[in-house]
Amino acid sequence: MTTYNKPLPTINGETKTFWDMARRGTLLIQKCDSCNEFQWYPRGICANCWSSEIKWFPSTGRGTVWTYTITNQNRTLGFDTGPYVLALVELEEGVRMFTNIVECDPKDVSIGMAVEVTFQQATPQISVPFFKPAS
Amino acid sequence: MVDLRRAAAIVGVHEHITRYAPDKSELQIQAESIQKALEDAGLEKKDVDGLFCASMSVRSSGLNLADYLNLYPKMVDNTTVGGGSFEFHLSHALNAIHAGRINCAVITYATQARSGGVSVGTGGISRQGHPRLDPSPDSFEELYGLTTVGLYAMIAQRHMHLYGTTSEQLAEVAVTMRRHASMNPEALFRDPITVADVMRSPVVSTPLHRNDCCVITDGGGAVVVASPELARNCKQKPVWIIGAGEAVAHQGAGKRDLMYIAAKQSHVPAFEMAGVTQKDIDMAMIYDSFTITVIETLEDLGFCEKGEGGQFVLNGRIGLGGELPINTDGGGLSSNHPGMRGLFLLLEATRQLRGQFEGTERQVPDCKLALCHGTGGALGSRHSGGTVILARD
Repeated sequence: MTTYNKPLPTINGETKTFWDMARRGTLLIQKCDSCNEFQWYPRGICANCWSSEIKWFPSTGRGTVWTYTITNQNRTLGFDTGPYVLALVELEEGVRMFTNIVECDPKDVSIGMAVEVTFQQATPQISVPFFKPAS
Repeated sequence: MVDLRRAAAIVGVHEHITRYAPDKSELQIQAESIQKALEDAGLEKKDVDGLFCASMSVRSSGLNLADYLNLYPKMVDNTTVGGGSFEFHLSHALNAIHAGRINCAVITYATQARSGGVSVGTGGISRQGHPRLDPSPDSFEELYGLTTVGLYAMIAQRHMHLYGTTSEQLAEVAVTMRRHASMNPEALFRDPITVADVMRSPVVSTPLHRNDCCVITDGGGAVVVASPELARNCKQKPVWIIGAGEAVAHQGAGKRDLMYIAAKQSHVPAFEMAGVTQKDIDMAMIYDSFTITVIETLEDLGFCEKGEGGQFVLNGRIGLGGELPINTDGGGLSSNHPGMRGLFLLLEATRQLRGQFEGTERQVPDCKLALCHGTGGALGSRHSGGTVILARD
């Protein structure tokens, strides 16, 4: 297995549950108990009604590519070795998140393409969610 | 709302001609620019009571700049919302002058992005190792190799998907800016290019080619803004601020339609305040970090319908001699883009409204009304938009 050399997340109290569940292969998003809205990225309040009644909610991990770009040039360590697909994926729950589309030829990616989450173990403590073409 | 039309005027401008200045400091470029802009206005150091600036680095904060200049302003505004910060500064200076808190504001900027080797668009988060990311949102974004170019490219990709915009239409923007740059002796790149040249340039991040991306330069400048009383005694004819609007646009908890940019919100109060419409504008300075930025901005400012920006820029419409000439200095795509470009929009609009290029092909004939729209940040994640409308007497 090649060494994971991409940036790693910083985990705090606000996001610890997300990363704990990512390690177990579950993609969590948040849902407000007060107004029932989903939100992404995780935060300590509901972005819609500012209630603090935020609950973690397991996403199906399925979605579609909302937009993407094949990036040929990025000097950041871990992304400096060739083309990769940076994408915004819209989950079935309706929120969009940044990710990379992996396990396929970048040229085969298109807007609207069905994708599903896959986790890569970066360290024993951290697994990072990516997306691949839906099976 | 209080009528702020003509409550303040741009009375002095200076663009530092440098595009490469390894031997100067940012503070020095700013100081030289402020001196020249005050000279242009016929004002002096003692007249300045407001200091407005933004920077890529903390070295040029309002505090450090006041120290370097040995100034004791009554108001310091360091609003930093990316490349369009300077349209926000002008909007704030207008308020402060109207309220009587200051009489004369200086807005300034400088960087050494080129001589410093800053990879503004493709550097990602770091060239050496990885910094500690903030828990959010960075830890949910930077893991995936975001670049500035990539974040605009994603918007371009979806614009093409939804509206049929083509790479050739994007390229037309770059070609027009280069034509304008050929008339500007200070522009970084002045040799004409064709749509085919743009299409042949390397793809940085699909669908954007290298020539869809702005240049990286050193540079700086300054704008002097004065109260009507002070403006009447200045050397130059005043360029009045008659409209201003501000906005931010972000991901909206993962649900906002990113295809609409901050200009959609910021232009509304600006046009309302000014009491004019898009059809009245003689020329526009549209922040051109990338070709797609121009197309999206023209749409969301209301110069054309959503999705029609690609068609709008064709057939010379945005070139000198066209219906809406934009970026007559060559823009960020060809003249200069020192990390942030918002200040330079105000400089060129002022020069046009003064008729400074009268008798040359660079002058927009009988230029009475100009619009500047600064965009800062990235369309694909979060950005700001500041619209100002300027008028001559």
